[in-house]
Amino acid sequence: MSKILSKPKSMKDSSTHYCAGCGHGIVHRLICEIIDELGIREETIGIAPVGCAVIAYDYWNFDVTEAAHGRVPAVATGIKRVAPENIVFGYQGDGDLAAIGTAEIVHAANRGENITIIFVNNAVYGMTGGQMAPTTMLKQKTATTPLGRDQKTHGFPLKVCELLSVLPGVSYAERVSIHSPQNIIKAKKAIKRAFQNQIDGVGFSIVEVLSQCPTYIGLSPEDSVKWVAETMIKEYPLGVFR
Amino acid sequence: MAKKVLMCGNEVLAEAAIMAGCRFYAGYPITPQNELPAYMSRRMPEVGGVFIQSESEISAINMVFGASLRGTRAMTSSSSPGISLKQEGISYLAGCELPGVIVNVMRGGPGLGNIAPSQSDYFQATKGGGHGDYHQIVLAPASLQEIVELTMLSFDLADKYRTPVMILGDGILGQMMEPVELEDSVERTADSEKKSWILDGCKGREPRKIRSLLLEDGSLETFNRKLQKKYTEIKDKEVRCEILYGDDSDIMVVAYGTTSRISRNAVEKLRSKGKKIGLVRPISLWPFPEKELRRIAEKVKSFLVVEMSCGQMIEDVRLSIDCKKPVHFYGRSGGGVPTEDEIIKEVEKIV
Ligand SMILES: Cc1ncc(C[n+]2csc(CCOP(=O)(O)OP(=O)(O)O)c2C)c(N)n1
Repeated sequence: MSKILSKPKSMKDSSTHYCAGCGHGIVHRLICEIIDELGIREETIGIAPVGCAVIAYDYWNFDVTEAAHGRVPAVATGIKRVAPENIVFGYQGDGDLAAIGTAEIVHAANRGENITIIFVNNAVYGMTGGQMAPTTMLKQKTATTPLGRDQKTHGFPLKVCELLSVLPGVSYAERVSIHSPQNIIKAKKAIKRAFQNQIDGVGFSIVEVLSQCPTYIGLSPEDSVKWVAETMIKEYPLGVFR
Repeated sequence: MAKKVLMCGNEVLAEAAIMAGCRFYAGYPITPQNELPAYMSRRMPEVGGVFIQSESEISAINMVFGASLRGTRAMTSSSSPGISLKQEGISYLAGCELPGVIVNVMRGGPGLGNIAPSQSDYFQATKGGGHGDYHQIVLAPASLQEIVELTMLSFDLADKYRTPVMILGDGILGQMMEPVELEDSVERTADSEKKSWILDGCKGREPRKIRSLLLEDGSLETFNRKLQKKYTEIKDKEVRCEILYGDDSDIMVVAYGTTSRISRNAVEKLRSKGKKIGLVRPISLWPFPEKELRRIAEKVKSFLVVEMSCGQMIEDVRLSIDCKKPVHFYGRSGGGVPTEDEIIKEVEKIV
């Protein structure tokens, strides 16, 4: 019998702390498979965000650093500029990237830094207990929008790919989702392209991954996946934005 | 071979950083330190280094974090309000044990304050500034030649102890021009191969991680104790201070940086009139020259601390000498600069 599936070399042999049904583990694995496939594990420097993925360095089997909340693109810029030979990617949640770190992502993108950003949009702050994120849906109930997000007081869901798509410094911006096997395959393709772009020296690439947070969406893993497919995608259309 | 140049303090500091092997600089414009990034923007490309005008001071310090963890000697500079923004990043440098050099060319505060010289960020620089149980080394030059010396030293100390180091100057030092000797042959470069902890890709070794998050029971306390050990070593080995007339003075003036220059002139004038006055000039503000002051406190009758603040370093002077002798204070704030005559008058009041 031959082995048809095994853990990527880029993935450490440990189980994760993520809640049942959480999307982070899937995105982690996609990244690790891609790094294996591209043969870049020994050149890669990953940057873990402040958020649920904060201890990604315990799961990823390559060099990884933390970054202060929201500052992943600045740290990535510092690394990549002094070491263009390394493959530098940042992993960020929606609070990290689209709230506290909005300036950093916009300006790293606008400078056209030759880095790769994987942006996990789960419409909520996971790590701190399910508060409203900039990407929280209108009417969505969270710890800090108990009556549902109301645009009058909380503004609108922030569309990162659309926002970045107008910047000439951005080489590639695509939004994908991981709510079904087909979509996971598409997500993998997009993430791979974002890494390949860096290898080819093309410039700034970002993949926004719509992902489920069953715990703070308040649904079962199965229903939370449906919620992404039926509710989130309406607000956040999939596709290539640049 | 040394060459003599005439540049302003901010430019001298930038050139000294390059001589020290600094190959990454990021900063955001703010007066009175703008000559520094402008100089870097021209010089860094010439030496194969990186200059970035960042979108904010927050971003700049985090870029330094990135360049540093990759093994490059890295620096950022700013002035007071911008340094406040960098504090989280400095705390992360300390927590991740990364070297980094931060320059504060102090201006008047609080708030937007003004752009006149000041020394009112002493507390922020020496008492933590950011959150958590950490220290940074703080060096305070008093002349442009000393800016060269201390800037080069900053990079060495930052690497040696894997810690943030702050160079604390003020608007006068940054803007003034003085002839300076630069050795043009030294051109040190950061030897990242010697740094066994950097992230450069895990070729031929186990992956490394850089982080300050320590969640396991007791692990942060253990780490913080390790940091304290390092700080104890720094306190033992890295105190720097200049003492003038330490053996036969009744009153010792204590001042650093710009105010120490003015105080020195005042002291010399008083000496020429036969007054028994001396000067203690802390060069390292953290670690503070506690032992030196304690020793001097045995001999003198009192101290006069002179600052461009409403009284910050005076607390360390009092602590150092256990309040065993009276400690007087003369300070100007919000851009006020003490004059020789004012200092002389203060001394005469005490006499
Ligand atoms: C300066 C700062 N502010 C706030 C926090 C607290 N904090 C930690 S994670 C987080 C939000 C994370 O949410 P997100 O980026 O969406 O990632 P997720 O946990 O959902 O994966 C916040 C606010 C912090 N660590 N640092």
